Amino acid sequence: MKEMIRVEKLNKSFGDLHVLKDIDLTVNESDVVCLIGASGSGKSTVLRCLNFLEIKDEGKIIFDGEQIEPKTHDLNKIRQKVGMVFQHFNLFPHMTVLENVIEAPIMVKKMGKEEAIKEGKALLDKVGLSDKYDVYPSKLSGGQKQRVAIARALAMKPEIMLFDEPTSALDPELVGEVLETMKTLAKEGMTMIVVTHEMGFAKEVADYTIYMHEGKIVEVGPSVEFFENPKEERTKEFLSKVL
Amino acid sequence: MILGGLFSFQTFLSELIRTYPLFLKGAQLTIQITVTAVAIGMVLGIIVALFKLANPVSRRIADFYITLIRGTPLIAQIFILYFGFSGIFMLSTFWAVSLALAIHNSAYIAEIFRGAIQSIDKGQREAGRSLGMTPGLTMRRIIMPQAMRRAVPPLGNQFIIALKDSSLAAFVSAGELFRTAQGQVSATFHTMEIYIIVAIYYLLLVMILTWIVNKVEYRLSVSER
Ligand SMILES: Nc1ncnc2c1ncn2[C@@H]1O[C@H](COP(=O)(O)OP(=O)(O)OP(=O)(O)O)[C@@H](O)[C@H]1O
Ligand SMILES: [Mg+2]
Repeated sequence: MKEMIRVEKLNKSFGDLHVLKDIDLTVNESDVVCLIGASGSGKSTVLRCLNFLEIKDEGKIIFDGEQIEPKTHDLNKIRQKVGMVFQHFNLFPHMTVLENVIEAPIMVKKMGKEEAIKEGKALLDKVGLSDKYDVYPSKLSGGQKQRVAIARALAMKPEIMLFDEPTSALDPELVGEVLETMKTLAKEGMTMIVVTHEMGFAKEVADYTIYMHEGKIVEVGPSVEFFENPKEERTKEFLSKVL
Repeated sequence: MILGGLFSFQTFLSELIRTYPLFLKGAQLTIQITVTAVAIGMVLGIIVALFKLANPVSRRIADFYITLIRGTPLIAQIFILYFGFSGIFMLSTFWAVSLALAIHNSAYIAEIFRGAIQSIDKGQREAGRSLGMTPGLTMRRIIMPQAMRRAVPPLGNQFIIALKDSSLAAFVSAGELFRTAQGQVSATFHTMEIYIIVAIYYLLLVMILTWIVNKVEYRLSVSER
């Protein structure tokens, strides 16, 4: 199995606050990995380091067998291959749904407009928004917004998708549609790292689940085993609170 | 009538009719000066705003510029451009006034743009960057269009101030609205009537400008409707 991303001894501080402590992590191609943990444990920071929205202090990030350093690599190029979906969608409000999706392929990849529109529409069809091409984001429900955000990230044909609490800002009745979309992606073999509070999703869809506590990885395991038979005391305590 | 000596409605009406060709010409120049100043002021303002946001060194330069320009009166800036440089080169009154007004307004416009840019949610920048867009492209395609929209109401305000400030051109004898009024006053001594008439012209121009700004604002808000 091909290794997609490997992280070794990743450390990150904000001022005096040591947020990530010796994080080790390997994600293979087509793996779905869920990252769980209490608020402030550093989950978002892990994702943000992986697409270099935050720059690590120490450690290695190896992507596709190549160690990525801000000094030697064009991070804009790397980010094209790493899709990111945010808790608050961050859609571009001044662009229609379709314009949101074709913006980066046209401006960054220099794809032809016609081709970008064709692919963009196909992606929007796939996430169930074929009737919303020309609508502005302000007219969409939260669930629809997040599906547009997923389509927008997919439009760059990333090798891996990072999701930072994609359903946390949604009304409960809208969570399902977004999780369904993510499940479909997972089945198609997309490599995914998902920070989530949806334990059902983690157990059902994720190949591995990782529990983080205060900047450290406490436990990693195949999801079913992780949820049915956690080994660490800390994990048991956390799961008993959230399940 | 108490105001008898000061103001006569009849004189007002007859002067209004007599002077309107002159004032229309003056208004034309007022508009030309204001539009030129605002256009150049916008370009300068954006540049200064970007300086202010780029890095600590450029921020200092921008701060110095803004302090200097905002801290000195427009009339002094007009005189410096018109009389101050007259030994080296001679600017026409039109360009001296337009450039001074442009520079003067650029400091305020820069602050308007800086505020608008900073008011855009940082998630927008991150979303752009996460798609592989460079900082420059993110600024141009994602941040700026949104910031422009937010800047329209305060910019409109600034344009109104610029329009009225263009009356200082009268001091270097540019034949715009206010200079026209001064000329007519000294010729007729109908002081109150003439100055009220010129005030009305300014008021009308400001109302037209306000109407345009509101239209632009409405147009740009499509995505929120
Ligand atoms: N840019 C920053 N500057 C300073 N501190 C930060 C910054 N980003 C995150 N932190 C701090 O780092 C710690 C970890 O934050 P992080 O967002 O990674 O946690 P999280 O596990 O994602 O939490 P949540 O579930 O609330 O999203 C927190 O204490 C947070 O306050
Ligand atoms: Mg988080």
